[in-house]
Amino acid sequence: MSNKQTLVVIGNGMVGQYFLANLMSSDICDHYQVVTFCEEPIPAYDRVHLSEYFSGKTAEDLSLVAPGFFEENNITIHMADKAISIDSDSKIVKSEKGLEIAYDKLVLATGSKAFVPPIRGHDRDQCIPYRTIADLDGMLAAAKESKVGAVVGGGLLGLEAAKALQDLNLETHVVQFGPRLMSAQLDDGGAGMLKQKIEDLGVTVHTNKNTIEIVDGEHCKHKMVFADGTELETDLVLYSAGIRPRDEISTTCGLKIAERGGTVIDNHCMTSDKDIYAIGECASWNEQIFGLVAPGYAMARTVIDHLSEGELTFTGADMSTKLKLNGVDVASIGDPHATTPGSLVYTYQNGVDEVYKRLVVSQDKKHLLGAVLVGDASGYPTLSQYYLNGIELPENPDSLILPSRSDESVGLGPDALPMSAQVCSCYDVSKGDICNSIENGNTSLAALKSDTEAGTGCGGCVALLKSVLDCELEKAGIEVNTDICEHFPYTRQDLYNLVMVEEIKTFNELIKSHGRGRGCEICRQAVGSILASHWNEYVLKDQHLGLQDTNDTFLANMQKDGTYSVVPRMTGGEVTPDGLIAIGQIAKEYALYTKVTGGQRVDLFGARVDQLPLIWKGLIDAGFESGHAYGKSLRTVKSCVGSTWCRFGVDDSVGLAVELENRYKGLRAPHKIKFAVSGCTRECAEAQSKDIGVIATEGGWNLYVCGNGGMKPRHGDLFATNLDKETLIKYIDRVLTFYVRTADRMQRTSVWMENMEGGLDYLRSVVIDDKLGVCEQLEDQMERVVETYQCEWKTTIEDERKLKRFRTFVNSDKHDENIIFVEERGQVRPANMEEREHLKLAEMA
Amino acid sequence: MMSQWVDICNVSDLQPDSGVCALVDETQVAIFYLAEDELVYAIDNYDPFGKVHVLSRGMIGDIKGEPMVASPLYKQHFNLKTGLCLEDETVQVPAYGARINGERVEINLSGAGQ
Ligand code: SRM
Ligand SMILES: Cc1cc2nc3c(=O)[nH]c(=O)nc-3n(C[C@H](O)[C@H](O)[C@H](O)COP(=O)(O)OP(=O)(O)OC[C@H]3O[C@@H](n4cnc5c(N)ncnc54)[C@H](O)[C@@H]3O)c2cc1C
Ligand code: SF4
Ligand code: FES
Repeated sequence: MSNKQTLVVIGNGMVGQYFLANLMSSDICDHYQVVTFCEEPIPAYDRVHLSEYFSGKTAEDLSLVAPGFFEENNITIHMADKAISIDSDSKIVKSEKGLEIAYDKLVLATGSKAFVPPIRGHDRDQCIPYRTIADLDGMLAAAKESKVGAVVGGGLLGLEAAKALQDLNLETHVVQFGPRLMSAQLDDGGAGMLKQKIEDLGVTVHTNKNTIEIVDGEHCKHKMVFADGTELETDLVLYSAGIRPRDEISTTCGLKIAERGGTVIDNHCMTSDKDIYAIGECASWNEQIFGLVAPGYAMARTVIDHLSEGELTFTGADMSTKLKLNGVDVASIGDPHATTPGSLVYTYQNGVDEVYKRLVVSQDKKHLLGAVLVGDASGYPTLSQYYLNGIELPENPDSLILPSRSDESVGLGPDALPMSAQVCSCYDVSKGDICNSIENGNTSLAALKSDTEAGTGCGGCVALLKSVLDCELEKAGIEVNTDICEHFPYTRQDLYNLVMVEEIKTFNELIKSHGRGRGCEICRQAVGSILASHWNEYVLKDQHLGLQDTNDTFLANMQKDGTYSVVPRMTGGEVTPDGLIAIGQIAKEYALYTKVTGGQRVDLFGARVDQLPLIWKGLIDAGFESGHAYGKSLRTVKSCVGSTWCRFGVDDSVGLAVELENRYKGLRAPHKIKFAVSGCTRECAEAQSKDIGVIATEGGWNLYVCGNGGMKPRHGDLFATNLDKETLIKYIDRVLTFYVRTADRMQRTSVWMENMEGGLDYLRSVVIDDKLGVCEQLEDQMERVVETYQCEWKTTIEDERKLKRFRTFVNSDKHDENIIFVEERGQVRPANMEEREHLKLAEMA
Repeated sequence: MMSQWVDICNVSDLQPDSGVCALVDETQVAIFYLAEDELVYAIDNYDPFGKVHVLSRGMIGDIKGEPMVASPLYKQHFNLKTGLCLEDETVQVPAYGARINGERVEINLSGAGQ
């Protein structure tokens, strides 16, 4: 046997898993045989993003465990088994399933549970805590037969739970015991403003309500009865009124428990037994428990350091937070209630724009002690840096919360931060870590995020991360060269603006006035696409001809042997029998290889360039149009069969898909765009993997944006729910035009979103709240594109001059003899090298 | 060797800022037309990377002042004057003589570039 000691970790939640992962990459990983107990049926997942389970994330998406992690690291995990007792004398842990494991060191990472008030009826059917994936599954099931939902608790988590109820299309209520929402973080002013904002979202907030019992309802399943005699009827009750540390197991071996719950730990996270540590939400340090993940991670690092005989200690943690609610900016830093003796307070209140800000500063006005931001949390990164790093405040601290009416910037430049400054508190990433990563070549926001994990937790630090990145790149003289190519000292977005503002209509005009040389395939294509997006002229017009990639010039995709594919549009994947027959006949006539694509339509391969116009003439006569399979433009709108035929269908997904495809067909964009429409949440059209995805629900259409399949799949983000068709189309118009105007060349919507400062919330603020005041312009532009649509193939076959282009040779009617097909499975395919040689020899003989 | 200029087509048969293909003897020749400068260039139509005859269908422009075409298949660049591949100097496609003579376009298979 090895001389390894046994280390047992109880609980495989966020902190338990973080501990395991960090232990395995530490120097002492070989000293221990590790065993862990996981009470839940699945290993650790991202509880912080739990609510995204309702906006498209699956349990796998949320998983925090890399595939093969336990096997590769030789960790024994006992799944769905709860540790029930510890015998600290014989050092043995017992489990519910009857296991007995002897340990040398023990780490408690049992987390906490949602507090459920001990009132009569609290455990009725459909009264659920909001904590685990299993809870959420219960909620999903309950929501199916519910119309009204109520959340008990108006704190951070309660409001998140309320959002989830709304996503499930329930009439939503928040019941708060005290007078304020988010009472731990906000003062009266901030909480009042927040209440207004939450109610604007359609959630009813009930404050000062002490629930005394839950009984049978008259119109709904339950009735909540309050101490003041009022009542609330609801079908579903969610508990999210604070957390209670899970210290059941600590009591079995007499560990010291804090007065308000939680296993007591010292600065090394050691409990009252020197071989037992406690980390995460189950631990109480200095009579405090920490309901955030970052302090738990800090505790985990402290234990590993202590086991390695290091010096690290845990001495409390920053409890600053930002609410992760769409459309509601709320942040709180440090000591928002100004409890520090002598502290001074500045407040800014703007009832018109619903903005409230409060700063708490030290008596000498030199240091920030706390802050509250409601309605505009853009100052959060800067303020938290002042707070966390004790940076001296400017002379007039209120300049930090007053709207800046001059150009003078009050932001704290990233240069002012010490290397040790923590930029991301969720993953404890310092400015130094970020600079290292940049030096190692991670020079884009996306690369930096995936390398350091910064910004992938609550997202609160992304803006700061981006400014550190920009600043470092600039300093390193890595000139952030965003020029599109050597011919234009501009980004694609700049070029777009030039075209728009100066009303430039041709490439030559643009390169003469703003560029140099003749251009190359990069700028030519990019400008070609911009001109097409903005003016939507026929792409083969003489002055645009040289701007099109070969696929666009021939309005078909070139294949490996120099032949082309032909893809007629089949809106929504719908095709009549006659249409299918026509396609079949044409394919037969020209001996084209025929395949059903992944985009719900038919692709015909092996057309010679000179055959393209003939084939298209046939297709157009049969009523088909170009499918734009060749363009950086709208490809397909996939659909599922929907309510017309499907027994589960909630709305007519095919009808909507056809309408959307007809609206946006021909739209040129920085990259291709794909849509899908599903008729219900079973999602047979896979709408969540599309640039634009639409799903029918009882309450209307749910809109997802910026998803894609391909090399790096990304689920779309739920952008807005329960839309009527008119609003849906309005939002899609705006999102797409904004994308067309602001994305980089060859950037799909997913990457565009990943790189957008402010991300989804920002996009919502532009598209839904019209923050930039451009919505009307965006819609007008789309309207123009829709009105000027033409089938490029139709225009082409009607123009003798354009048809010249499709001759194989300008000076001969011969065909390219090097195109050689052989037969396979009853159809043609390009001959491979060997077959070519063979056929040539045979011909010569 | 005596230069052999072969008559190909009218200037109006060319595609502005783009290419066409001509068959000269058994050789496929890609002809590119820079309309503004009234210049023509000719190189072989064979793409040595894709191993098919497609260069006439690539996009043209210039890189560091030199005229070039980008292969439509895998996007390597070829110098229009010399046929040299910019990404891999060991690869070169034949470059041919090309000129505009009044309204006519002429190619010379033995004369490299112009
Ligand atoms: C024909 C088809 C495969 C099939 O036989 O089913 C196909 C064929 C090609 N795809 Fe695709 N893709 C096809 C559906 C898809 C799908 C499925 C879908 O649309 O639902 C995807 C994943 C979804 C997505 O895009 O998010 C897909 C993701 C890609 C990608 C990766 C994009 C990415 O963002 O990672 C590329 C490469 C690119 O665009 O840069 C690509 C590129 C290509 C190209 C253009 C490659 C090329 O340059 O030659 C192929 C062109 C063939 C041709 O001549 O038509 N194709 N391709 C499908 C045509 C659909 C249609 O009717 O228009
Ligand atoms: C909806 C929601 C949103 C949140 N948002 C944020 C946020 O924005 N920012 C933030 O910092 N934090 C947030 N949190 C809090 C964050 O999720 C927790 O701080 C974090 O999960 C704590 O990790 P933990 O490992 O201590 O506990 P947990 O993640 O709860 O893990 C404990 C695990 O131990 C298991 N366990 C308990 N007892 C035993 C036993 N005896 N034997 C075996 N297993 C056992 C439990 O079943 C559980 O799986 C949020 C929480 C929720 C619920
Ligand atoms: S997956 Fe690759 S090989 Fe298949 S069609 Fe798409 S691009 Fe072509
Ligand atoms: S601070 Fe939460 S993700 Fe960085």
